[in-house]
Amino acid sequence: MNFCLYKYIFKRLGMMVPVLLGVMLIIFFINHITPGDPAVILLGDRADIQDVENLRREMGLNDPFFVQFFRYVGNVIRLDFGTSFVPPHRTVWEEISMRFPTTMQLAALSVVFAILMGIPLGIISATKQYSIFDNIATVIGLLGVSIPNFWQGMLFIMLFSVTLGWLPAAGWSGPQTWILPAITIGTSSAAVIMRMTRSTMLEVVRQDYIRTARAKGQKESTVIYKHALKNALIPVVTVVGLQFGGLLGGAVLTETIFSIPGLGRYVVQAVNQRDYPTVLGGVLLMALAFSFVNLLVDILYAFIDPRIRSQYK
Amino acid sequence: MSENNITVAAKPKKKRSQARDVWRRFRRNKTAMVGMVIIIILILTAIFADVLAPGTETHPGYNLMNWRNTFELPSRDHPLGTDWAGRDILSRIIHGSRISLQVGFVVVGIAMILGIILGAVSGFYGGIADNIIMRIVDIILAIPNILLAISLAAALGPGLVNVMIAVGVGTVPAFARVVRASVLTLREQEFVEAARAVGANDIRIIFRHILPNCLAPIIVQATLAMAGAILSAAGLSFLGLGIERPKPEWGTMLNEAQADFLNYWHISVFPGLAIVIVVLALNMMGDGLRDAFDPRLKK
Repeated sequence: MNFCLYKYIFKRLGMMVPVLLGVMLIIFFINHITPGDPAVILLGDRADIQDVENLRREMGLNDPFFVQFFRYVGNVIRLDFGTSFVPPHRTVWEEISMRFPTTMQLAALSVVFAILMGIPLGIISATKQYSIFDNIATVIGLLGVSIPNFWQGMLFIMLFSVTLGWLPAAGWSGPQTWILPAITIGTSSAAVIMRMTRSTMLEVVRQDYIRTARAKGQKESTVIYKHALKNALIPVVTVVGLQFGGLLGGAVLTETIFSIPGLGRYVVQAVNQRDYPTVLGGVLLMALAFSFVNLLVDILYAFIDPRIRSQYK
Repeated sequence: MSENNITVAAKPKKKRSQARDVWRRFRRNKTAMVGMVIIIILILTAIFADVLAPGTETHPGYNLMNWRNTFELPSRDHPLGTDWAGRDILSRIIHGSRISLQVGFVVVGIAMILGIILGAVSGFYGGIADNIIMRIVDIILAIPNILLAISLAAALGPGLVNVMIAVGVGTVPAFARVVRASVLTLREQEFVEAARAVGANDIRIIFRHILPNCLAPIIVQATLAMAGAILSAAGLSFLGLGIERPKPEWGTMLNEAQADFLNYWHISVFPGLAIVIVVLALNMMGDGLRDAFDPRLKK
């Protein structure tokens, strides 16, 4: 690895800081305009006005917006996301960090599913353009991006858990329970990746260097997998990174259906219980995870795309 | 026959407008046409919902309850069965089309206007304005869409207008990016320079000369964004953060079905199917429009 790639990584890291601050500002602002006084929520409706006022002062709720915001940013850097409004009033970090690995595991499994389905199907579809397989794959691809994942989850439970009894309908306790939720979340991404792979492959196989490779008498499989695929995959990698956000979002709905004890389901419960520090912390953590994945994708990009690599030599 | 051919050939070649060209290509695309027909049927359904599924004076068509007829399987009286309150699911789906269409059109309409303004300013002027607008866009895109919608919906509370806002905020950035990208390429074109030379001001150049030329990507984006908006709104309603009961929003119907869907398949299958059909139709249309607009496919 050459030294100057570090420069690129540092540059990308530097670009991330303002974006993350902005994300925090937006989510903090949304939280700020939410009706309901946190002090009242904590003390209960019948609390003494003086007690509420004291707690407000203690929590710094009377400070100007930006003072509160920067205090929150300072706390978040120290992993202090505040205290949950809901008994037993544990710290938000404790609650979300406990559930976060499950959600990441689910998202990672669905990425793997999406890639394993999307890229091969896209390649076959492109190399056999307008064949029956291509037409079927196109229809499946369209369906995949159009199915709401919460409904797909319900159908899966009805079919595979209740009617056929193959896989458990709920929980998160071993590979058997992972399959249905991971496929549910990964379906739309698989479809997006497939469509992207197909269209970039179709573009690449029309290039001159592919014609050259064929003219040299290379085997068709070598032409497709050695020459075409390498270049076709570059845009696909970006799409995979961008899909990760959708997967984390999909986890919110899917975890609710499959009763998975992950961060997504917890955030939804927190919304319903008006537990705002938890909502704020959970959404922020997922946005952070999304940004980091995209950072990794960009770095990976620099490795696989010589055009970017050469800029930093 | 041959006579006919000669007269046609002899006529001066009729000038074809770009719109007709696009329509000709779109019409040949069967998938896209099917999508368009479905959307037209949906719009008609929404307009005539009260005729198709009439109600009484006290109860609208989607909320006629019958406690002796709960969870009835599809039958002649109730083609798609009834739900936990004995309400006809088909009638509810018919009325629900109004909500989904409203959400789709309003969200996309407003997001499109905002996105066009932001994208045009950003692309045309560049510099600081471009930097600020694009950083804001980056920030919004860094928050997974449904999470942003959930946070907003939690803050604003349930209800049709709030759902539109919650879903709409995350829809703007895509439009801004699409418009900016086309404005960037167009502003260097000679016809823009020509317009400036004859004394047109910026507003006129943007609205009369540049924007009409980036209609194609905007229209495609609008179709696909409408599909996305309907999906997101249904997702919010499914979580109980969107359209409140007893409104027949399709996501809300699935939320209500959650408790009993393992015993009665029909209460969850049909509302979900309605979402899939509409979203699929919009995606089919969007794909078709993209192909029709793409000059590289011109024969």
